[in-house]
Amino acid sequence: MLTYAAGLLMLTVKLALVLGVLLFVAAYLVWVERKFLARLQVRYGPNRAGIFGLLQPIADSLKMLTKEDTVPEDADRIVFLLAPAVVALTALLMFAVVPFGGTVTVWGREIPMVISDINVGLLYIFALSSLGVYGIALGGWASNSKFALLGGIRGAAQLISYELALGLSLVPVVMLAGSFSLVDIVGAQAVKGPFIYYQPLAFIIFAIAAAAESMRIPFDLPEAENELGAGFHMEYSGMRFGLFFIGEYVHVQVLGALIAVFFLGGWHGPFLPGPVWLLIKILLVSLFMIWMRGTLPRLRYDQLMAIGWKVLIPLALVNIVVTGAFVLI
Amino acid sequence: MEPILNSAPFSPWEPGIFALFAYGAWVLVIVAVLLFISSWLGEKKPSPEKGRAYESGIIPTGTARLRYPVSFYLVAIFFLIFDVEGAYIFSWAVACRQLGWAGWFQILFFIFVLIMGLVYIWRKGGLEWGPQAKS
Repeated sequence: MLTYAAGLLMLTVKLALVLGVLLFVAAYLVWVERKFLARLQVRYGPNRAGIFGLLQPIADSLKMLTKEDTVPEDADRIVFLLAPAVVALTALLMFAVVPFGGTVTVWGREIPMVISDINVGLLYIFALSSLGVYGIALGGWASNSKFALLGGIRGAAQLISYELALGLSLVPVVMLAGSFSLVDIVGAQAVKGPFIYYQPLAFIIFAIAAAAESMRIPFDLPEAENELGAGFHMEYSGMRFGLFFIGEYVHVQVLGALIAVFFLGGWHGPFLPGPVWLLIKILLVSLFMIWMRGTLPRLRYDQLMAIGWKVLIPLALVNIVVTGAFVLI
Repeated sequence: MEPILNSAPFSPWEPGIFALFAYGAWVLVIVAVLLFISSWLGEKKPSPEKGRAYESGIIPTGTARLRYPVSFYLVAIFFLIFDVEGAYIFSWAVACRQLGWAGWFQILFFIFVLIMGLVYIWRKGGLEWGPQAKS
């Protein structure tokens, strides 16, 4: 019984640490994005709250917490209130299967540095990223605003299109590792070397599909400002808007972590401990996404769908067949 | 002999299903607390102007739940078909070494049929969303 209580305590501490780091990095990713994007556009970015504007995320979250939470008149109240939570929940839950280190020994027992090493980890991630579509589609529909409805429909169509490319591009990774478990995939890369050497095409497909999944420029059609105002979160205010925001930035982090786990060797790296390496890789991927936002124009809707269906999916299918032959040789 | 509580599925020491549910509970609590604090601290001054949907300053007319183009529905159907077939490809991928060349030729045929299906909907115009789309 005592070991059980100690285990519960350790688990609680571990989960609190993981969630704290996730949310902290999400908040400061917003700051990094605003600062870096501003520099790309020859501006200063936030520089009033604290030195270098470092207190800006805290100021923003306090402001969001104290703002009025408005619900439009004819909105579908319950769906409207729950949709942002769905987005934030699915983004946060996706991190549960990402390994962020080996093991640490506390009180003579090994603590694995992963929350849950389920043997269908990859399918779990696909399931959750598909569920995230509901938050956007329902949020857009429930708002009773035409802009929000258009944003929600576009978001749903875009996400399910890129979901396919995302899934199919990872089939070669599963073949190379022989397992769905993310821990095993990282373990296989420790032996064979990062999968980006074996699967550069799959890496490119996954990176493009991941950028589209996170709905950022050049793929931010669901919230295209100059066509739809703010798209699916048009009518949201206060912390519910904040939850969409948290969801987006946690999603960026999780996708960065997934790119690291599937192609860049996960938490393995020289000199530094595992979690630090994973964090460095996540930040590099996030910085790349911000850079992309500063450089590329937004695609047109039909171009966006055409890239997904006419380029990425056929390429991913061919890649699967070719990789299968190579694995068997 | 370990007590039943420390066996794999329920043990908090193992990265198993228990840890997953504990994490899920934590996440739920965090989101609920955020929403609770915001409803507690936030202002509450509803007015008809605030409740009206924002359409760039123009007063909205009619319902916003409009009918939308059928091509969005088609995308959903294509997704369903391809995703189910993706499930077969995944189950082959995880066992591709054991299945050997026989399995490879079978999945080759399967993917060939899948690509033919994609070519068919492409030729039929199901993948056209641009201004020239006939639909």
